[in-house]
Parts: sequence; structure tokens; C-alpha cells
Amino acid sequence: MQFPKKEHYTEDELYKMANEMRIDLIKMLTKAGSGHSASPLGTMEIWTAFYFHILNHNPKKPDWEERDRLLLSCGHYCPVRYTVMAHAGYFPHEELWTLRKYGTRLQGHPERERLPGVETTSGPLGSGLSQAAGVAKAAQMDGKKWWTYVLMSDGEQQAGQIWEAAMFAGNNKLGNLIGIIDRNNIQINGFTEDVMPLEPLMQKYEAFGWHVQDIDGHNIEELIDAVNKAKAVFNKPSLILAHTIPGRGVEFMERKYEWHGKPPNSAEAAEAIREIRTLGGRIRSEHE
Amino acid sequence: MPINKTAKLVENVFDKSKLESKPTRDGFGLGVVEAGKKDPNVVVLCADLSESTRAQMFQKEFPDRYVEVGVAEQNMASLAAGMAMAGKVPFIASYAAFSPGRNNEQIRTTISLNNTNVKIMGAHAGVSVGPDGATHQALEDMALMRVQPNMKVFAPCDLWEAQKIVEAIAKIYGPAYMRFARDKTPVITTAETPFKIGQAQLFFESKDGKADVAIFACGPLVHESLLAANALEKEGLGVEVYDSSSIKPLDEKTVLAAAEKAGAIVTAEEHQAKGGLGGAIAEFLGENHPVPVIKVGVKDRFGESGEPDELMIAFGLVAKNIVEAAKKAIALKSK
Repeated sequence: MQFPKKEHYTEDELYKMANEMRIDLIKMLTKAGSGHSASPLGTMEIWTAFYFHILNHNPKKPDWEERDRLLLSCGHYCPVRYTVMAHAGYFPHEELWTLRKYGTRLQGHPERERLPGVETTSGPLGSGLSQAAGVAKAAQMDGKKWWTYVLMSDGEQQAGQIWEAAMFAGNNKLGNLIGIIDRNNIQINGFTEDVMPLEPLMQKYEAFGWHVQDIDGHNIEELIDAVNKAKAVFNKPSLILAHTIPGRGVEFMERKYEWHGKPPNSAEAAEAIREIRTLGGRIRSEHE
Repeated sequence: MPINKTAKLVENVFDKSKLESKPTRDGFGLGVVEAGKKDPNVVVLCADLSESTRAQMFQKEFPDRYVEVGVAEQNMASLAAGMAMAGKVPFIASYAAFSPGRNNEQIRTTISLNNTNVKIMGAHAGVSVGPDGATHQALEDMALMRVQPNMKVFAPCDLWEAQKIVEAIAKIYGPAYMRFARDKTPVITTAETPFKIGQAQLFFESKDGKADVAIFACGPLVHESLLAANALEKEGLGVEVYDSSSIKPLDEKTVLAAAEKAGAIVTAEEHQAKGGLGGAIAEFLGENHPVPVIKVGVKDRFGESGEPDELMIAFGLVAKNIVEAAKKAIALKSK
């Protein structure tokens, strides 16, 4: 289903929508039989906030020139993007069940040429910040008013290209560029700080000329506030480090890197959906 | 004269001492400035090599549309993809060994698969780079680019052709790669020489259209092929020479017609003998009209330091080698 169009959703409504979309996310991953569970679940609040509050966009005109751009650097997160896009009206809801199937527009990793609205093709990690910086640089050259956002994973901060792009964005004072890192601490081989430590991430970006903030990535209000603050910093690119719990909303998946790259089987899906439903749309941060 | 008149080549094309020599890279600079004048969306990105790639010529004309990226070819490829998504027509300039060498995956995903309107300019292609040695002498770049769907691949024979290619690809949507040499090479074409994407140009044909062998060449080896053809003709052989600067799309129609007519093909390029122009032609003819295809190119080895002229001889990339290849192709035909 598609959520009703509204000028303004309340915070409670946004949390309820996120929760409802988690159920679809579980269903689509189970039907697909492969795909990533932990990070899509963990970033549901972020995607919900973007598509239903932050972004200036038009699902019926995905190529509208004045839209805000939201690029996904870590392409494997795409199931959550697809879910939220379907609910925002970009494509029919039932298309969600075609994820990863032959002939689908919902490829295992997103492709710009196949599905309008995904902005770019991604999967190989570490190149999204460069692309977003390119979009933002073009907008800066032309004095365009729209914003460029890019969602990155924490694991991909290990890629050298990220830092080439961070250096470029800082040097070019891309105040129209806002990066979000999903700081969920997991990657395929384990916890990021065991595999290849990233900290201190905020200080690193700061040293590259960025304005940095960190937030609870499950708290929609905090995210919206952080985006507004980032927009006010016009002479620097902005980074929002969003701390999230991978697998959020499904207890047996939460914080477990083993759930990075696999979908639930049907018994696990039933359990997951039951759990999400009993939370009754009140997925809120522990820090409140 | 066996030179095809409609090709409008320079006079005295067989006499090196009378030919003007200029670096092909100047053609990139000239072309991208012209493209920039016609289309305000044309921008140039460069990875700390603006003078030697000639990106500087654009920078001087359009300082606000020149983007310095620093030593970061991977970033440059993806940045350009992003700029293209926002409506720009980015040309990215570096040495071919680094772009598309180092940033191959970024080109594959963010430019080719993404089908973004990015033009990749690979300078310093081939052993004629000279003293810098193997690290800087790209010999596999066309092979890398040729196998990516959506990507077009070009290798101009001199600066005028380079300029025409740049202006042509600026006008059409989609990813494209052009490689060019560092060294000064003889200018053999003129502003009037025809160029069309996907079309091989007939530069040389023997009297009465006699053809025992057809040579398809690109880059500096086009001139060497003309010299070879002249020598072969003096021995009584009929020869055709095509400037095959469009490696992809390949002019299959002309290749097929030449194979049918001559029955023997020679390819010549300053690239690995496998995977480039020769590879493209051998693959095509193998499936459509099998005839001997002898490839003049670098034989599965890396380059090395030296002066450009001596390296071309050492690596078997001069007229003499093309003559030998032609004779071998003709001999194979009768077997």
C-alpha cells in the first residue's frame, strides 16, 4: 500500500509508518531468499524521515530537476529504499515481491537505468561520496538550490576513495552536500573495530574540513534537527554520524553481524513480524 | 598516387622529413575548448596532470568549468559520474595507465553500468611515452574499456583526428574513452579529413583497387601503415589501409568488405596485440568471415624506458613490422 499523501506527518505517524514498512521489508527479503537484513532494518527510521519529511521530491516525477538528491552509497541497503519508495508512491507496492527476481527493476543492488528514483547505481562500496560530491559540485557551479544527500555505511569508510571524496568536498566547500553514515558497527567479517578500526570517525571528517554531528539514528526528531543544522552551515559539507542498531526491531537480529547479508527464512520471518507488530509502532530510542 | 583523395590527407605523406610533427594530446585540448564553446555544460576534471594532458587549454579558457581533483583518479571517475547525473558533460583527463587503469571499477559501475555522460581521456598511451617506463606506458587500456557495455572506444591517428573525436563525443550522449599518445607524431590528416563515429576511413588504396591485404590501424601506427603500404606496393602487392580510430563501435561493414575483397587482414596498434583493435577485428571476422588476421602490437610484455623512436623499433611497431605481417597474412591465405 501507499501511505496517504500529507503535507506534514506527525512524529508518531512516522514511527508507525517505519514499523509497518519493517514488516514489508521482512516479507520481501524472505520472498527473495537472499539479500541483506541487518542494515536495512537498522536504517528504516532514516529512510522514513527522508522520504516522508526531509526530501523535496515528487514520486510521480522522479527526474524532476529541482528535486533533492538522495544517493545510496552502500547499494546492499536497497531493500529498505525500495520498501520506502513503494510506500511513497514511486512504483506499485506489489513490485516489492519481485526483489532480486529475473526481469525485476528491483535489482539485488540498485541500478539507475532500471528504476527511476534511485539516483545512481551502487554496490561496490566506497564510491557514493564521490558521486554525491560530483552532483553537489555541479549544483554549486550552477547555483542550484536543491540539496544532495548520501547515505554511507560505516564499513565502507575503510575504502580509500571515501577519503579522496571527503578531501574534495572539504576543499570545494560543498555546503550543499550532507553525508549520513549509518554507524551500526558491523560489517561482513565482524565488528568494524575488530576488522579495521574506524574511530575517531568524527575527528577524521572534521580534519577534512567537514561540519560533523552525531545522533541517535533511530530518533527521527534528532535526525531532522541535525539535517536542519547541517543546512545552516553553508561553507562546509556536513556529516551526520547516525548511531543505529543493526537488525533494529527484531531482537534475534539486533547487533549481530551474522545478519548482515542473509534474509530470514519463513519461520524466522513469522517470528520477526510477530515481534515488530507487538511493538505497536512505538520503536523509539533508548536514549529518550 | 595510391592515397585515397577523399581522405584529404597532407601532401608528402610518405616523406617523414617533410611532415610536421605535433603531439596528439594537443588535439584533446583544442577539441575540448571547441566543445566547451558550443556547450556550456562541458566541464573538465583533471588529476594533477593539467599541463601534460592539455586539460590546461580548457582551464585557461574556462577557469570556472575546470575542476582540479588532485591525485585521485578513482574519485575523479565517480565525481564525473555525479556531475553528469546533474546535467554536466564531464571530460576526465589523466594518464591512461591510471584512468582507466587504476579506476577501472569506478568506471565500470558509476559510468558504464550507470550509463552516465562521462568522457574519459587517457593520455600517454603506448610505449612512445618513452623514458618514464612501463608504469606510465598504458598498453591494455583499450582492452579494459572495450569489454564494458555502453562504452565507446577511440584512438586517433593525429591531433586533428583527436580534436574531431572530442568534438563528436561531446555531442552525443553516453560514456566514451579516447586514448592518445604523448610524443609528437606526424600530422597526416587535415581539418577536411572525414571523421564519423563507427566509420573506418580508407587512406590508401592500390591502383585499380587491387587488394592482396587490408591493413586496419589506429593511433601513430596509421602513418607507419601508410609507409608499409607504400613499400608493399613497390613490390607489386595491392594494399588497402584504413584508419580505424573507432575501435568500438567497430566499422564491421568495412572490415567485412575488406576481408572479402583482400582475404587477408593486418591490424596495427600501439597496444597489446591482444584485446585492442586487433582483438576486435579478429573476434568479428572469426564469427563472420574467417581470414588470416595478423596483429601488429605489443606481444604480451610491459614497456620500458627509452627514447620513443627506439622503443617503437624495439617493440616491433614500425612500418617494417607491418610489411612482414602483411606478407605473413598473404602467405597464410594460400594455405
